[in-house]
Amino acid sequence: MAANAFEGAAPRGAITQPPSSNEYLTDRGFRLLTVCGASLIILLVGYILWKIGGQALPAIYRYHLGFLISTNWNVADQNFGILPEIWGTLYSSILALVIGGFFGLTVAIFLTQDFLPLRLALVFRTIIEMLAAIPSVVFGLWGIFVVIPAIRPIANWLYDILGWIPFFGSSLSGPGLLPAALVLAIMILPTVAAISQDALNLVPYRTKEAAYGLGTTRWEAILKVMVPTAAGGIASAMVLGFGRALGETMALAMLIGNSNQISLSLFAPAQTLASLLASHFPEAGAIEVQALMYAALVLLAITLVVNMMGTAILTITQRRISGRS
Amino acid sequence: MTEQSVIEPYRIAGSAPDLRKSWTEARASRSLILTVGAWIVALVASVPLFSVLYMLIVQGGSRLSLDLLTELPPAGFELGGGFGNAIVGTLVMVAIAAVVSIPVGILAATYLAELSPESKLASAARFLAKVLTGFPSILAGVFVYAILVLAMGTYSAWAGGISLAVLMLPTVVLTAEEAMKTVPRRMKDAALGMGCTRTQMIWKIVLPTALPGILTGVILGVARVAGESAPLLFTALFSNYWLHSLSEPTASLSILIYNFSSMPFDNQIELAWAASLILVLIVLVFNVLSRVVGRSRI
Repeated sequence: MAANAFEGAAPRGAITQPPSSNEYLTDRGFRLLTVCGASLIILLVGYILWKIGGQALPAIYRYHLGFLISTNWNVADQNFGILPEIWGTLYSSILALVIGGFFGLTVAIFLTQDFLPLRLALVFRTIIEMLAAIPSVVFGLWGIFVVIPAIRPIANWLYDILGWIPFFGSSLSGPGLLPAALVLAIMILPTVAAISQDALNLVPYRTKEAAYGLGTTRWEAILKVMVPTAAGGIASAMVLGFGRALGETMALAMLIGNSNQISLSLFAPAQTLASLLASHFPEAGAIEVQALMYAALVLLAITLVVNMMGTAILTITQRRISGRS
Repeated sequence: MTEQSVIEPYRIAGSAPDLRKSWTEARASRSLILTVGAWIVALVASVPLFSVLYMLIVQGGSRLSLDLLTELPPAGFELGGGFGNAIVGTLVMVAIAAVVSIPVGILAATYLAELSPESKLASAARFLAKVLTGFPSILAGVFVYAILVLAMGTYSAWAGGISLAVLMLPTVVLTAEEAMKTVPRRMKDAALGMGCTRTQMIWKIVLPTALPGILTGVILGVARVAGESAPLLFTALFSNYWLHSLSEPTASLSILIYNFSSMPFDNQIELAWAASLILVLIVLVFNVLSRVVGRSRI
């Protein structure tokens, strides 16, 4: 620790004085602590990667990359593969992103582009934010007792009439991909809406004034000026919403049916990486735990890449827009 | 070209053109249709929240009584029962998470906001904290299973609490950083000019001034993890008994809801709804609290 550079710097009889050695040391110590705090975040991410990777290592040696394209999950034969889970994760998340993204963006436009008086917009924003506060299990419970009964007649009607289309190729007997994706869409809606709102709010007001000045209608101004200007932020909202959907666990474990199969049908039960972990981990034996760790590593890699992409897009576009205005 | 010649053609037509949009015009009517569409979408988007709240109040409210707080979860065919142990377990694990993540989070935030916001370490930490906010909660469980449950040989409240702390940390860091950034430069410069060290400036000026904002972040973090269940599945597991020690499997409200939701007994389903109602109330109370605290900021 360096010595106090201010020692003896004060003239005699001064009202103020330089920090004493004690204060100087405290300062150094505290700063060091904050550096530790900041480093801890980086170490934590590294440790998570290292630890999950390390636990997955035996399974990686045993199954190699074939793990990713095998469709088996057979504990007795110790034969594991996660292709159905990867399929289910991507299928449900993309479906949720299409629905939740559309609703989220529309809500963001609705809240930022003067459709409502300010006070009412605030109330509405609170409603959407409260949606984010509802725990995942509660959405799962709600999905079981409200969403599934509500869409079952429609789903089975579609199956009767349009059953030859692969998307409607089975009946909805209870849990399935569609209810899971619908609830997932509701869960990512607040994320998409919040980040898109920030992006739209960042667009300088005069940009819109200029568009109106040219004689555009409200929606021409929104769709041809505001949304393209905020495109970077909206893109990151979609990517981060997608990342959230990929990792969402409990509601899916309760609604998707946990069935190890690949099907195009919206009404068939499926399985995602996260729900696989949730449903198999508590009762897994040593070998299965290794395979599950491998699955966790795959999920970690996918979500880290998606989230890093989203965060990077967001940081870059925010810097650009605020630099420009 | 004179002004006269521009106006001339309209003169010939006899009257000035009507510059207002008529809604019969294709562009204007398209805009009108989209506006109606946006209203419908926004109203549909708010249906789920009200549906969830309605179900919670009707299904959960009907079962609300003091027994819920004092009794233990019922087995298979038993009637009655409650989930007092789960409420205790949830609160204890959230408290562990808060005690672990708040000091670390605020120290990190101090570094990010005050000590060297532009440094490489700070940008890396900030970026990773943002990435961690989207970290799948179940992976926090897997991580803590690997470091704690395997090492201790048992599921425990400690493991559950630590996995929640991993999820809470980024929220605390990012909101505390934002709060500290709003402290006016002049106040900090005044303190430094008086001969304060940076540490004194932070403790006497920045932290007290930013306190409401920091509290908002902390409470939001608590609200976020109180409802989490995925990380608890295989760190805290579940228990049908009262909490005796922090080193044994611990019940939590969210896992109770998950377990009971798939049971074929009406009694358990009712309890799951009642537990959901209480869990949502806890989360909402924290949310409202964070808003109230946040409003009193400078």
